[in-house]
Amino acid sequence: MENRVMKHPILGDLAPAREVTVTVDGKKLKAREGEVIAAVLMANGIMTHRHTAKTGEPRGIFCGIGQCTDCVMTVNGVPNVRTCITKVQEGMVIETQEGYGKTGAAR
Amino acid sequence: MKKEVVIIGGGPAGLAAAIEAARYGAQVLVIDENSRPGGQLLKQIHKFFGSQAHGAGIRGIDIGRKLLEETEECGAEVWLNCAVIGLFSDKRVAVLKDGVTVVVEAEKILISTGGAENPLRFKGWTLPGVMGAGAAQTMVNVNRVLPGKRILMVGSGNVGVIVAYQLMQAGADVVGIVEGMPKIGAYGVHAAKIRRAGVPFYLGYTIEEAIGTDHVEKAVIAKFEDGKIVKGTELVTDVDVITIAVGLRPLSELAMMAGVRHDFIPELGGWMPVHDENMETSVEGIYVAGDIAGVEEANTAMDEGRMAGTAIAKALCYLDANKAAAAETAIADRLSALRQGPFGERRLNAKKRVVEEGAIR
Repeated sequence: MENRVMKHPILGDLAPAREVTVTVDGKKLKAREGEVIAAVLMANGIMTHRHTAKTGEPRGIFCGIGQCTDCVMTVNGVPNVRTCITKVQEGMVIETQEGYGKTGAAR
Repeated sequence: MKKEVVIIGGGPAGLAAAIEAARYGAQVLVIDENSRPGGQLLKQIHKFFGSQAHGAGIRGIDIGRKLLEETEECGAEVWLNCAVIGLFSDKRVAVLKDGVTVVVEAEKILISTGGAENPLRFKGWTLPGVMGAGAAQTMVNVNRVLPGKRILMVGSGNVGVIVAYQLMQAGADVVGIVEGMPKIGAYGVHAAKIRRAGVPFYLGYTIEEAIGTDHVEKAVIAKFEDGKIVKGTELVTDVDVITIAVGLRPLSELAMMAGVRHDFIPELGGWMPVHDENMETSVEGIYVAGDIAGVEEANTAMDEGRMAGTAIAKALCYLDANKAAAAETAIADRLSALRQGPFGERRLNAKKRVVEEGAIR
């Protein structure tokens, strides 16, 4: 995972964490237990979280603290989940959200 | 469910208020929608300014950790992962807790919801890779992931300059800091660190465009005079992230919902609730503290929280008037000390206007 900050002059080395596996648009990714969905996406270079309803434009992280809702995705079949404050769980199914999203996960 | 004191938002202001009110004996519930309390304080890995009393020279993250310890010791109840979705002037608080709405009736409410970063509109501003400086800070310091490798910062205030440095500490290249004004906005100490690291400041420049198909690939900056882009002065650079640090606004939706009187105070971030010197709003029993009461710094947020916590304890008769007056004077003195100097004076004067208006019932 090349985008991880492994070493840090103030915060020290990244502490080891248990691994959990999530599925993002059908692809399995290894995440760190306890991290937010946005973190594992960014660590893997995924910037687009959804496409807008009217024009299909890509959107990603904007505020990173759950305020702006730009980063919402469909998670385990539930649309409009704020990925910057929602933690990963083993087996979680994460999908790029199209427009306002549809209820029901693709498995 | 009934609680004496409900505090909405467990950042520096909310926790400081909880510690203060609980210390005098009040029954306190802190509600926060995050999985851990502390707000943005735990992301501040730089050393703070101020006097000895304000922990000058100590990193924000360490001040935050101490605040968390004191919160645990003070006996306040803390609900995490809970979003307040409604607030009513009769002091009922609707909380989304484990997927169910719980209504808490409070005698006193403190709203300490903080602030949100302002966006900046330019061509391509919605592309993935354009993000708030605070978002980038959260990603590197909390989530330990780098949003990109080559980053352009827009805005040279404290947030822009501090986050630019922290992005470099995490391993990114900052290609430059763009500032529309003719001079750097941040404190000299922070700006000097960036200068020494060789990052150029583009003063009198603004961002014109973010270019890319599904994420940022290039940034176009240009000279900015009299509020307009000067054609023909464009510079293009390869970047994968553009971070925006153009100020914050008070996050006061809940205060608006409760019918609290607001005013537009540009020096403190725009529309905000007005309040009296005890941080009480136009709705009796509803208080504000921290960035919602005007965007300032963590130190002022904590002292405003202590002020509100003391006033609440007094109003609930846990503290007699003389003791309360002494405590309030001490806090007010510290707040004045924090609002000195060329940066603080503007905020001090704006706060005076807020309090003058907030005192009108």
